[in-house]
Amino acid sequence: MPDEKKPCLSATGLTKVFGFGRQKTVAVDHVDFDFYEGEIISIVGESGSGKTTLAKMLLGLISTSEGEIYFQGKKRDLGKGIWDQWKKREYWKNIQAIFQDPYSSYNMFNKIDAVLLDCIRMRGGGKLPQAKKIAMMTEACSFVNLKYEELTNKYPFELSGGQMQRLMIARIFLLKPKILLADEPTSMIDASSRATILDMLLKLRKETGMTLIFITHDIGLAYYVSDSVYIMEHGKFVEHGTADEVILHPKEAYTQRLINDVPKIHEEWDLSTV
Amino acid sequence: MAYVMLELKELTTKYITRFHEDVYAVDHVSLKVEEGKSLGIAGESGCGKSTLALSLMGYYFAPLHYTSGEIIIDGKNISGMKPDDIRKTILGTEIAYIPQAAMNALNPTQKIISFINDVIQAHDPATSKKDCYDLARSVFENVGLPAEVLQKYPVELSGGMKQRTVIATSVILSPKVLIADEPSSALDVTTQKVVIKMLRDLMEKGIVKSMIFITHELPLLYNVTDDIMVMYAGQIVESGTAQQTVFDPLHPYSKGLMGSIIVPEAGLRDHKLTAIPGVPPNLKKPPAGCRFADRCKYVIPECKTNSVGLHVLEDDKRAYRCILPEEELRRYYKNA
Repeated sequence: MPDEKKPCLSATGLTKVFGFGRQKTVAVDHVDFDFYEGEIISIVGESGSGKTTLAKMLLGLISTSEGEIYFQGKKRDLGKGIWDQWKKREYWKNIQAIFQDPYSSYNMFNKIDAVLLDCIRMRGGGKLPQAKKIAMMTEACSFVNLKYEELTNKYPFELSGGQMQRLMIARIFLLKPKILLADEPTSMIDASSRATILDMLLKLRKETGMTLIFITHDIGLAYYVSDSVYIMEHGKFVEHGTADEVILHPKEAYTQRLINDVPKIHEEWDLSTV
Repeated sequence: MAYVMLELKELTTKYITRFHEDVYAVDHVSLKVEEGKSLGIAGESGCGKSTLALSLMGYYFAPLHYTSGEIIIDGKNISGMKPDDIRKTILGTEIAYIPQAAMNALNPTQKIISFINDVIQAHDPATSKKDCYDLARSVFENVGLPAEVLQKYPVELSGGMKQRTVIATSVILSPKVLIADEPSSALDVTTQKVVIKMLRDLMEKGIVKSMIFITHELPLLYNVTDDIMVMYAGQIVESGTAQQTVFDPLHPYSKGLMGSIIVPEAGLRDHKLTAIPGVPPNLKKPPAGCRFADRCKYVIPECKTNSVGLHVLEDDKRAYRCILPEEELRRYYKNA
C-alpha cells in the first residue's frame, strides 16, 4: 500500500432501486466507501446481496438512483443518452472489468485477433504498424501463458473456460486501466486453475500498480488476496476493515455466520448451527 | 470388514463422437463403497467425474457406451442389464442420482406432490395417492422440510429449497447408494451447509445406506466424506481416507490440488498457492505413459513410455498411480 493514500474511487450515499410501489427492490442501499489507489479490495456477500449491481454502477453500465461516484477525487460524469457515449468510452479507459462467465464475455463472431486488436485501438494504437501490433499481442498472450501463434485463427468458443478467462486478463494487460473490477473471476473455473488466474491478476497488479476490486462470495479468496474487505448484506456494507480484522476477528453477527458456514480443513465445521 | 454396498471392477466406458472417435472418459476404475460410508470423488472439470457417476448407475444412453468391467450393487451384478430394466428395477430403489442442476429437474407445471406420485408409481403402479402422500410426508419431515412444500409449484420455492426437494424426492424409495454430483455448487455458503446437513441426516437416519459425493471443492469434500478419490483424465490417481488424501497426498497431481485449497483460516496468506501448469491431455488420444507426465514436476523419461498401474499400499485403502516409489515422492515434497 502506498504511504499517502489517494482515493481512486469513492461514493457517497450510492443507491440503486429497481421497480416502484409494491415491486420496489432496493438493491444497493446508501453505500459509502473510499477505495484507495493501488489497494486490493474485496466486496463479499451472498447471492442477492447487491454485489453485482454495485459493480455495474461503478462501471457505468447502469444508472444510479441516488448518490454520487467520485473518480480520482472528481465527480464522475457520464452524461446522458447516446450523444454522450464518448464520455463513457473515456471512463472505460480507466476502469475495466472481468466477469464471472468467460463464455459470454466475448463476441462469438470475432476471432481472438480482433478481440485483442480492439484493445490496442482503444489505447490509441490503431495506426501502429502491423508488426508492432503483433508483437504487443504476443507479449500479452505470453503474459498469461498462452501461445499467440496457436490462437490467431481461433474463435473464443474453441478455448476452454480457463483459457478464456486468461485471455480476458491479456486484454486487461493491453488496456492497462487504473482500476480493474473482477466480478467473481474464478467462480466458474475449478480449484486448480483458480490459483493460476489469481497469480496472474496479482502479477499484473504488481506491474501496473492498478487498483483491484474483487467481487466474490468466496471468503477464502477474499482473505487470500485483499488488503481490505467489505462485507455486504441486503445492499448495505455491514462491516469493513483490513482482511485480518474482518476475516479472523469478525465483529458483526452476519460476518461471523458467513465465515462459520465455509467448510474449513484445520477447524471443525459445525453443522449444528443451521 | 464391513459389508460392501457398491463395487466397481475395472469399469471402462467411452463416448463415441459424431465422427466415430472414442473418448475414454472412465478408464479401468475400481472402487468399493461400504455400508454406512461415503466416498468423495475430486478432480478438475473434464476429468470424468460426472461420467463416472453416470456410468456407475449402469444406465447408458448415446453417446455414452459401456465397454467392460463390472458394477456390483448389494451383491448383484448390473453391468449387462438393458437400460429399460435398469430404469425399472435399479434407479430409485438401488441407486439414486442427484444431478448438478437439480433445480432444473422439477417440472414447472406440476406440483411437487404429483411429481413424487409419478416417481413412486413408476416403480409400483398399484400405490394409491394416499400412500404416496404419507410416504412423501414422512420422508420430508425426516429431513426437515415442511410438508406444505408438497402442495407447491417449483416456482414458489427458493433455489436451496428446490435442491432439497429434489434430494428428498430422489431418496424417497430409500436407495442403497446415493450419487450426489455437485449438489451444492450453485448455492451460496449458508444454503450449501443446509444441503450438506440434510445429506448427512439421510445417512445417519439410514434412509440411504451409502453415498458417493462428487465435487471439485476439496474443503467441502474433506468435511463431508469418509474417503476421497482423486481422478485425473479418466483414471483414479489416488485414493485414501479424507485425512490422508488432503494432508498427506502422494500423487503429484493431488499434491498440486491440495496446494490450491483456499479457506479463510489464519496462516493462509503466508503460504503460496501452487498452480498446476498446463492442461489435461486429450482423451481421444490418451498418452501411452502416465497421463499426468506433461504437467508433472518430477517427470522422468520412463513416465512417458511405461504405463503406470495403481500402487496399493499395505492398508489396502490407500493407493496411488505413479512410477516413483513412495519414499522418493515424500522426499521430493519435503525438499520442495
